[in-house]
Amino acid sequence: MATAATTIDSSGAPPEPSYLTVKRGFRNWIVTLDHKRIGVMYLIGITTSFLLGGVFALLVRTELFFPGSQIVNEAQYNQLFTLHGAIMVFLVIIPGLPAALGNFSLPIVLGAPDVAFPRLNLFSFYLWCTGAALMLLSLIVNAADTGWTFYTPYSTTTGTAVVPAVAGAFVLGFSSIFTGLNFIVTIHKFKPKGMGWFQMPLNLWGIYSTALLQVLATPVLGITLLLLLVERIGRIGIFDPALGGDPVLFQHFFWFYSHPAVYIMILPAMAVMSDLITTFSHKHIFGYRFIAYSSVGLAALSFLVWGHHMFVSGQSKLASMVFSALTFTVAIPSAIKVFNWVATLYKADITLKTPMLYALSFILLFTIGGLTGIFLGALNVDVHLHDSYFVVAHFHYVMMGSALIAFLGALHYWWPKMFGRMFNERVGQVCAVLVFIGFNTTFLPQFVMGARGMARRYFDYDPEFTRFHQVSTIGAFLMGITLVVSFGNLIYSLFRGRRAPRNPWGGTTLEWQAPSPPPLYNFYAHEQPVLYPIYDYSDLYYDEKEGGWLRRADAKPEDEAYEP
Amino acid sequence: MLQYLLTFVVLGQPATPPAAGADKPAAEQSQPAEKAAAGDKKPEAAGNPCDKNAPRPANKPKKTLPPVGPRTDIGAGTYWMPVANSDMAEHVDGLFLAILAISIFCFVGITIAVVYFAWKYRHREGHQAPESDAHNDALEITWTIIPSIVCVIIFLLGWKGFVDLNTPPKHAYEITVVAEKWKWSYKYPNGWVDENLHVPVGEPVRLVMRSKDVLHSFWVPSFRVKQDVIPNRYTKIWFEAKTPGVYRQYCAEYCGDRHSFMKSLVVVHPPGGFKRYMEEAEQALLDMPPVELGEYLYAARGCNQCHSTDGTTKTGPSWKGIFGETHQTSAGAVKVDENYIRESILDPTAKVRAGFNPVMPTFKGQLKDEQIDGLITYIKCLK
Repeated sequence: MATAATTIDSSGAPPEPSYLTVKRGFRNWIVTLDHKRIGVMYLIGITTSFLLGGVFALLVRTELFFPGSQIVNEAQYNQLFTLHGAIMVFLVIIPGLPAALGNFSLPIVLGAPDVAFPRLNLFSFYLWCTGAALMLLSLIVNAADTGWTFYTPYSTTTGTAVVPAVAGAFVLGFSSIFTGLNFIVTIHKFKPKGMGWFQMPLNLWGIYSTALLQVLATPVLGITLLLLLVERIGRIGIFDPALGGDPVLFQHFFWFYSHPAVYIMILPAMAVMSDLITTFSHKHIFGYRFIAYSSVGLAALSFLVWGHHMFVSGQSKLASMVFSALTFTVAIPSAIKVFNWVATLYKADITLKTPMLYALSFILLFTIGGLTGIFLGALNVDVHLHDSYFVVAHFHYVMMGSALIAFLGALHYWWPKMFGRMFNERVGQVCAVLVFIGFNTTFLPQFVMGARGMARRYFDYDPEFTRFHQVSTIGAFLMGITLVVSFGNLIYSLFRGRRAPRNPWGGTTLEWQAPSPPPLYNFYAHEQPVLYPIYDYSDLYYDEKEGGWLRRADAKPEDEAYEP
Repeated sequence: MLQYLLTFVVLGQPATPPAAGADKPAAEQSQPAEKAAAGDKKPEAAGNPCDKNAPRPANKPKKTLPPVGPRTDIGAGTYWMPVANSDMAEHVDGLFLAILAISIFCFVGITIAVVYFAWKYRHREGHQAPESDAHNDALEITWTIIPSIVCVIIFLLGWKGFVDLNTPPKHAYEITVVAEKWKWSYKYPNGWVDENLHVPVGEPVRLVMRSKDVLHSFWVPSFRVKQDVIPNRYTKIWFEAKTPGVYRQYCAEYCGDRHSFMKSLVVVHPPGGFKRYMEEAEQALLDMPPVELGEYLYAARGCNQCHSTDGTTKTGPSWKGIFGETHQTSAGAVKVDENYIRESILDPTAKVRAGFNPVMPTFKGQLKDEQIDGLITYIKCLK
């Protein structure tokens, strides 16, 4: 198909303008219903938030370079780590892959012109903006100092601006719910003829599982945060023990959402990685069905394990035991995915482009994140490790080392499609390697100091932990600088980058049949996409002149008998 | 020795109660100001309530508690874990190391596979992906079942340890722990309240804990025990220490500004030592000269969390030189005298000094008159 398209282009048929240029001007952007433009706007918002959250992280790490006060006092330190956590979780990671990159890729991967509800999509984006503004308001007034978990009764009694921060998280929750709803309907209704559930790219399985979680779990967060607001403003005694409330109840409510939220972050990451790994291995993904089922399995199991955040919270001991047992069930689908990715590499034809380097980083970092979860699932070991830097390191391996690394990989993967420009490959590769090194330098020492007795959220610490903190801080700065360079590399490509071909990486999914960047309705009116067997690389070949991959003219399209 | 002293100074954990000379350097480090002041006034020292070296009546020998020695848990233990000071701690370590071994095995295996495949099957001129299966059910079922079995075993071991952790022996010695922003108090059956946790070696100790304000969490890394402390609810924990020494105790649940300073020491006394300590504690309180009692209470009852003695402003006003001054309060200008201090201790919100919030809890019913006298004398002496 792509071959045919090239022919038409070169024969001089007037190409449609790309979505970036079809209507110019700020006003056209802010009222756009185009999923790609909304995705790009999300991307700008999320990267800005990421930058802000990253600056807070570096301030925290600078403060911790020595024991005692360095650059801030203890109250400011508490605000810094709270803002870092809240921004990274609610503004960056949760919307990162689904809302920004998912929005851009989902309809194109389906061969559809847009999502099912474009107006709802824009509304979600404005909800995101509102939530972000409320969080910023908290930052400006008197930043909340509760930690991103808002534990009661601290959060109902502290003097900082908790209300705008909680209201922000509440609004962001609705943004997430509407995006999820939109994606579920889009996948059900816009799945093209011939694409059965098991011919869907694995990316879609991940987006679908995530969307289910967004729709089912996020309302609980909404209710919880609403109760918290009512408690704080109205003093009615739900969570505050001084008024007869139960602070542990808040933790149950909070984690009932926030554990699935971990999977809202990690499932799309896993999903994108599945697609990246097979693309750059030029080989069919290994164990498609196991990977697909494990996504849905993880989504379902994620609702049943929230109590493992609360083994020492005072919840019943029996509950702790049951939650520990259930927690170990989560390990299995995660392990299956890792084994399948590694097996995909076996007997493959691997090109180590920037997205692939991120994908391989992802496999290793996610393995560490997953394995250290086993320590925390084991009851008596968790009693020691809970609320220590071991936990901090563990969830950073999952949320940053896995989810954000996947975001970076996916961003580099779809960048040529989004903006029609190739970034500098060499700079991208070096950055990917340095991010990996910087990340491990930052967080590996935290496992050790946590197990040795370093409690989390500590402004000051005993001098025996100093060297661990210093290594960690150095790693954080390496990572911070590298990330700035890699974003710089992407932005530079917008102006100086080589024009991107339709299929620069040799992907088999439908978005690589669309022009880079795609026109308003994703495909030219005169060349609708054609489904070929998923993950079948045998018909693709690299064309020097094109600078990308083309499909042989005699390639056989997908047998339509597969229709569900 | 020096670095340990330094530790105490840096951490704001002076060796308390004041030592009589058994550990002179520690005593000097913790109260240099008073020493200097006492030195200046040597000639007229006799009868000066601020001089702790003043001669005492023969029937009142100066009794003090042995100072808490340096921490013995620094530099001890393995690379991964602090020193293990109980059987339960050793069980935790055993399981930790077992999981660590499994993890390293898996991680190294996966890393080798990823790196080797990425190199061996790298794209190069003329290289194409050889034919291989897109799935293999037998293989996939194998790598589903083996991790499942491993996980079940780990769960059972962790469960066993957790049951032990929550099953204190019937005869355990009980100590009440009260957590509040931002200090720990340990209340003993004889009424003694200590800022550090003193326990006997080789005997099970059970802590019954409650919080006065927000969530806290009691953590002693060397015992591998941790339990959140909650307002309006008692939580319990127990341990049996194996080796005498001084160990660090932390607050592990975020509780506000001074969360990271909310820590204490666990002193595990050698056989006989704990009983002796308790007897001395009871006697010491009664015998202290007022200024010493005041200084002891300043640290032991947590006044030092909000009031400094060196002029720095914390949550509350500094005590340095405050006596005799006149300040604006919520009830007009007030001169700081004995009656105002007494009122501020018993009814702290009655006259709140301008520029400060009414956040101090009342000590009504918690301090005896002699103790209030001690605090007043102590404040008087802070010139």
